[in-house]
Amino acid sequence: MNYEAVIGLEVHAELLTKTKIFCSCTTEFGGEPNTHVCPVCLGLPGTLPVLNKKVVEYAVKAGLALNCEISKFSKMDRKNYFYPDLPKAYQISQYDLPLCKNGYVEIETSDGVKKKIGLTRIHIEEDAGKLMHENIDGSLVDYNRTGVPLIEIVSEPDMRTPEEAYLYLTKLKSVLEYSEVSDCKMQEGSLRVDTNVSVRPVGSNEFGTKIELKNLNSFKAVQRALEYEIKRQIKLIENGEKIVQETRRWNEQKGVTESMRSKEEAHDYRYFPEPDLVPIIVSDEWKEEIRKSLPEMPEHKKERFVSQYGIPEYDASIITSSKPLADFFEKCALEYSSAKTISNWIMGEMMRLLKDTGKEIDEVPIKPHQMASLLNLIDNGTITGSIAKTVFEEMFMTGKNPDDIVEEKGLKQLSNEDELREIAVKVIKDNPKSVEDYKNGKEKALGFLVGQMMKATKGKANPQLANKLLREELSK
Amino acid sequence: MELHELKIHELHELLKNKEVSAVDVTKAYLERIKEVEPQVDALISITEEYALKKAEEADKMIQDGNINDLTGIPVIIKDNMCTENIRTTCASKMLEDFVPPYNATVVENLSNLGAVMVGKANLDEFAMGSSTENSAFKTTKNPWDLSRVPGGSSGGSAASVAADECAFSLGSDTGGSIRQPASLCGVVGMKPTYGLVSRYGLVAFASSLDQIGPLTKDVTDCAIVLNAIAGHDPKDSTSVDKMRKKDYKEFLKEDIKGIRIGYAKEFFGEGLDDGVRESIESSLKIFESLGAEIKEISLPYLDYALAAYYIVSSAEASSNLARYDGIRYGHVATNYEDLIDMYMVSRSEGFGKEVKRRIMLGTYALSSGYYDAYYNKALKVRTLIKKDYEKAFEDVDVIVGPTSPTTAFKIGERVEDPLAMYLADVYTVPVNIAGLPGLSLPCGLSNDLPVGLQIVGRHFDEGIVLNAAYAFEKACNFNAKPSFKGGAK
Repeated sequence: MNYEAVIGLEVHAELLTKTKIFCSCTTEFGGEPNTHVCPVCLGLPGTLPVLNKKVVEYAVKAGLALNCEISKFSKMDRKNYFYPDLPKAYQISQYDLPLCKNGYVEIETSDGVKKKIGLTRIHIEEDAGKLMHENIDGSLVDYNRTGVPLIEIVSEPDMRTPEEAYLYLTKLKSVLEYSEVSDCKMQEGSLRVDTNVSVRPVGSNEFGTKIELKNLNSFKAVQRALEYEIKRQIKLIENGEKIVQETRRWNEQKGVTESMRSKEEAHDYRYFPEPDLVPIIVSDEWKEEIRKSLPEMPEHKKERFVSQYGIPEYDASIITSSKPLADFFEKCALEYSSAKTISNWIMGEMMRLLKDTGKEIDEVPIKPHQMASLLNLIDNGTITGSIAKTVFEEMFMTGKNPDDIVEEKGLKQLSNEDELREIAVKVIKDNPKSVEDYKNGKEKALGFLVGQMMKATKGKANPQLANKLLREELSK
Repeated sequence: MELHELKIHELHELLKNKEVSAVDVTKAYLERIKEVEPQVDALISITEEYALKKAEEADKMIQDGNINDLTGIPVIIKDNMCTENIRTTCASKMLEDFVPPYNATVVENLSNLGAVMVGKANLDEFAMGSSTENSAFKTTKNPWDLSRVPGGSSGGSAASVAADECAFSLGSDTGGSIRQPASLCGVVGMKPTYGLVSRYGLVAFASSLDQIGPLTKDVTDCAIVLNAIAGHDPKDSTSVDKMRKKDYKEFLKEDIKGIRIGYAKEFFGEGLDDGVRESIESSLKIFESLGAEIKEISLPYLDYALAAYYIVSSAEASSNLARYDGIRYGHVATNYEDLIDMYMVSRSEGFGKEVKRRIMLGTYALSSGYYDAYYNKALKVRTLIKKDYEKAFEDVDVIVGPTSPTTAFKIGERVEDPLAMYLADVYTVPVNIAGLPGLSLPCGLSNDLPVGLQIVGRHFDEGIVLNAAYAFEKACNFNAKPSFKGGAK
């Protein structure tokens, strides 16, 4: 029998407001433990929350960017559970009346099919603190993160493959970054993903028993965990075993999911309306004001990049998939005349290095003006195109100026005719087979010889000059 | 007359005319506290050092010509309102050593006006109770009869005013916790409209019902204190900000001609003491003699008020009190196996019986599968009771009746019977449920114990409540004092 997966995602994103959701403490990441706290976010007796208006504004902004309906009337609720990182022993969240609902995200699969993934809801809530277990006897709690505003974005169970889940997350992240409501840094925990997955025979309209997956630290981890989990579930069904509803944890090292807790152990959160806060009213005027403040979204930016910079549509869609990448491209284009060349470098070297190092674009230290200098160095013949790749890699790692790197490492292009002619002569002498091939009319053999010259000069030879000198020497 | 017997407005005259200093007044009250406290047990903390310092500041204010109605006036604060650097216990073992780093907004307001806090009053643990017997530390006695309870949960606040340990006190009222002890101790107590006074710094019991209010020796003082504590607080989202600030003293008029006064026939049913009934009936006659129009009204859903109250207030309490887990502050177990055990042992040791009872009730009412049957239904009853009052207030301006069905009962009498204890709040609870302002003032004696008359008004119509209370006070001329004189135990 053929099976298909049914996947839904819950994404938590920290909002970029300066202060916390219910007090005026800073939301800045890091800081000595328990320095970004006050009686309100510590939940000391008698303190009361006051909703930060910016949080509502940012959440509405996210909702509009994700094609949601914005509720005119919503409210906060208490989600009750005990845990040391939760100082009030309840999280102020939203239960039955979320701020935004019925949105969607459009993805394009690798075979070019466009698909809308529904968003059930987006609600606002407060973050909890962090437990620290390292190097101590027992556990300590850091409440700096307590009360940092979050939005929880719940998708419909509309995804059928791990790839779709990956594409959904990439697109969602890009929209959140674009609307400037969250910086979506998974490594700092400002974006967190949980997923629900079940399998069923293809063609069935019923849902299978769902499993919740946690501890997913990257989008790739989401994809891999889903791949593993779907196989596991299909195997269970085919062996005639029952799937038990539970929460499982992704073990990145072992590449497997492991049981965390069963449904019986699940919390009863005893939600009820938060009596310390008044309902949230979003007027049409306010909503429209927020809509007007939305920056350009990826789709529009992509179209504009194609028409304004004349770069290929595919390149434009990759570059605009990440706001920081698109910003980098555009700033470079201000400093350097050929946008197409910049786009080629981003699509080539930049993407390769990002992939190899696992870095995010905003961790890359290259400044747009440095990128422009590098390209100018090629144009004015100071370095060769292949040396430029070496220089770029160094820039990517260290953030140094290209001129300094070229200087330090002696990477300037060799254009001295006498020097190069000497090398050409030696190359001809060392490669009689290729010389013979060339003389027999095999033009390709010349390319090989040029390559040998490059090798001999560690890539620094001026390729045109090397070509010319080889021809001259060969015709002697 | 001794200084400690004076009312706020009388002390104010002396201070203003510099006949006495704030330090003199404070010392007199501290003296009185030492004299009577061994018998009354109204206080958890006596803040002598702090009070003398504040009194000096008050004298400085007076010298600078910055005197106002409360400058130099001694006050006692219920020990569930946070006081900066002064222990705030909620009469619970759980918070026995809790010292807040901030003041409740009301405490801050009083402090800014130069009022002098001389102590913190005993209460039922976390304000849950009607007799102050649920305190983890001591049982407060009723100054009118030391074998009887002062009511609760603001029993310490009421008894301290009745025993002249302060000129006024602050209490909190979730289901009658100001008005019922005021009634049992023969003082004036008011629960303002929900949202009139900031709750910031009041340790929450039931957030949608809690309200802070004054306990005073007469209605004039009640208006003076209300002036000081009413008003919007940006730290409390449920405090109302669109209200014009009123001077409640302007409503202290003897003329109530034409005011329509309602009494609910449901108030005079089963469980009402004969002595209380007689006092209330003669109170209605007094109102009539003052030219008020007396009308019978009906509040048909009143029967369900107590049930709805115990569900809503316990549900909120179960959540509000969850933070006392031993992790950050408060009582923590010394012996435990793991995290869950630490929670359980800390909470089992830290909370008293009544608090545990409410937490369990509330947790149950909010549990999945029971939510609709209990919590949701209670909210519907709440709406119906509000509508009852709205309808009644189409025909009348205030509603009067007994504050409590009985006078002060004996210590220990109802301890083993929570349902009997809960009935003490039968007339006060509906007022919290509807969020209305209610005032209790003494209207007579029954077997030498004071009887309280409750006056309830429309939302934010404290003015007319004070007007009716003031006129009644003048006409009734209740001037009995507890026979209790203090002295050694």
